Amino acid sequence: MNTTLNIVTVTLTGGLLAASLFAQNSAPEIKFDSVANAVQLPSGLYLGEVAGVATNSKGDIFVYTRTGHPTVTIGTMRPFAHGSSRMFQFDRTGKYVREIGKDTYGFMTAAQVRVDPSDNVWAVDEMSNMVMKFDPEGGVAMLLGRKAESEFIPPRTPGGDGAGQPTDLFNRPTDVAWDAAGNIFVADGAGNARIAKFDKDGKFVKSWGKRGTGPGEFANVLSIAVDAQGNVYAGDGGNKRIQVFDNNGVFKTAFSNFGNAQAMCITKGANPILYVSNSNPWNDIDSAGEIYRMRLDGTVLGKFGRAGRLLKEFGAVNSIDCRSENTLFVGELANLRVQKLVLH
Amino acid sequence: MKRILISPVALSVLALAPAFAQRRATIQNVPEIPFTTVPNFLKLPPGEYLGEAVAVATNSKGHTFVFHRSNNNRLFEFDQTGKFIKEIGSGFLGFEFAHSVRVDKDDNIWTVDEGSNMVTKFSPEGKVLMVLGRRPLAVLGVLPVAPQPPNRVAQKYEFCRPTDVGWDPQGNIFISDGYCNNRVVKYDKDGRFVAQAGSEKAGSALGEFNLPHGLQVDLQGNVWVADRTNNRYQVLDNNLKPIREITNVGVGWTVCVSGGPHQYVFFSNSNPNGNQPGTWDITGEIYKAELDGKVLGRFGRPGKNPPGFQVVHMIDCRNPNEIIVGEIESWRVQKLILKSPAGNIGAQ
Repeated sequence: MNTTLNIVTVTLTGGLLAASLFAQNSAPEIKFDSVANAVQLPSGLYLGEVAGVATNSKGDIFVYTRTGHPTVTIGTMRPFAHGSSRMFQFDRTGKYVREIGKDTYGFMTAAQVRVDPSDNVWAVDEMSNMVMKFDPEGGVAMLLGRKAESEFIPPRTPGGDGAGQPTDLFNRPTDVAWDAAGNIFVADGAGNARIAKFDKDGKFVKSWGKRGTGPGEFANVLSIAVDAQGNVYAGDGGNKRIQVFDNNGVFKTAFSNFGNAQAMCITKGANPILYVSNSNPWNDIDSAGEIYRMRLDGTVLGKFGRAGRLLKEFGAVNSIDCRSENTLFVGELANLRVQKLVLH
Repeated sequence: MKRILISPVALSVLALAPAFAQRRATIQNVPEIPFTTVPNFLKLPPGEYLGEAVAVATNSKGHTFVFHRSNNNRLFEFDQTGKFIKEIGSGFLGFEFAHSVRVDKDDNIWTVDEGSNMVTKFSPEGKVLMVLGRRPLAVLGVLPVAPQPPNRVAQKYEFCRPTDVGWDPQGNIFISDGYCNNRVVKYDKDGRFVAQAGSEKAGSALGEFNLPHGLQVDLQGNVWVADRTNNRYQVLDNNLKPIREITNVGVGWTVCVSGGPHQYVFFSNSNPNGNQPGTWDITGEIYKAELDGKVLGRFGRPGKNPPGFQVVHMIDCRNPNEIIVGEIESWRVQKLILKSPAGNIGAQ
């Protein structure tokens, strides 16, 4: 380890064995540290709930965060909702670089940010129901979905059986991933319960899933990742499992015992690792919270962390970046922060 | 109570399904007009973004104005090379939900806003010169659900989600109004009411409208109306008496009449919002026609990336060979260079 880093070391003890109700308590504990001040905000800027954190090939860090509540203005018989999430970019040392998408139309309730192999930055927003692709310079490159023109009170209800419609009309999407051919997979996710596939040009290909507990059905889809072979891993949060599909949505297998899989990430390389978070609910730090390290076949290699408020503890992890296998970034909703973790 | 909980998304799909087949244009054997799109036509300052680019227009100098639905609704001016010049109307009361921008013969800039019910005339420098309509007072609140017909009786000087504006050579003002009136209103150049066609009620007879969504006036003073939900265009005379309808070029989304002396008209059979399956196959094209209705050609198709269209909401055709289109779902403005129909590629 680079000894110049400011390392916070916590010795894990048996005291957290009671932490997880659902997960494999027998998994080996992985030692890790949290790098203090992983991202440094200029004075006057604040992170809100960190729904997404991702790095690009240069190591720059992108954070998509819920910084406030939307402003609602009264228009012609309709209330219009504006804003409330922001995206910040930091360099590899954590120094603030710039804001992306300032005051842009689709930033309302951040859900996730991911960076594709060409360093495009994709923001997923669960209130505007949009998936927004920004080029590396920060310009809008492609859009999926459309923000509702106005918001109604009471709010929209979950989308029926969750199967959605065969198009890019999303209902609270949560995550996005790509295969090697550039096909786009959207976890449509918190309102619907489906995965939607688009080709690289944004043309709808197909979608699968609906609300349920059977194979290929979801309670909700909180996270998604695609491996080098194009298989799709979906975090089926309420059913507390990870479902694996082939590239066309044919169910292959499911892994249980890892909790809600609210965030996941698959590393690149010959021996890919799947990181999965059994995120704690925001209002409970006495259960869950740990992150699993596993093989793509479901073999558990170890786990680390627990729910809590201190460094090396997690508050409703919603995002994991694993560009580097042993240096992770995690975004937390409840603790309003990004942690940079070094695994030993 | 239950009914209130139906999601707007579901409602819009239910509403779309029966009308879907009518969206296909019935005109056949229309020559394809080759065209190219100018990459990155508009250069935004660093850190600035367009929102839904529902409104675009040029002035006599070739400046481009974009009135767009960003986080807040904004009006941007760009020079003839696409370089950003300035923002007009930042923080203005009349900007809530953009619908149209048009530039009159004196280069005044007119905005139509369906969230504030206001039509505003700005000087070329961006000063407010005239206002039509009034923004409803916030103290009156909002309804818990979208209002349903019957609409309130249309008023002379009050709009209900107006959509577009045009002028005849004498400066009379024509406004299409709108989503919750269904009429075209004529005012004189000083903003005094002259006449209306249609009413608050939707209808399908000639001279009636169902969501008049776009409007232009030609040099003869005839009024061209995109009658969207009726899937047609109507031509009215200067006193708003109907002359004819055009029913074979798909949905009446927006209309543009080019500059003179030889004027052309452009109709957009825009692909509907939401990209429902099958819509990309039968919608999205723009037609070019003579004012007598003879269709000369068509161009464009839906797509997420340029030169594809994502719900063309407005066309500027001051120069009929250099079309500028504003799209909803891509937050994009494209400049299209049209060539002669197939067989004459390269001729301008």
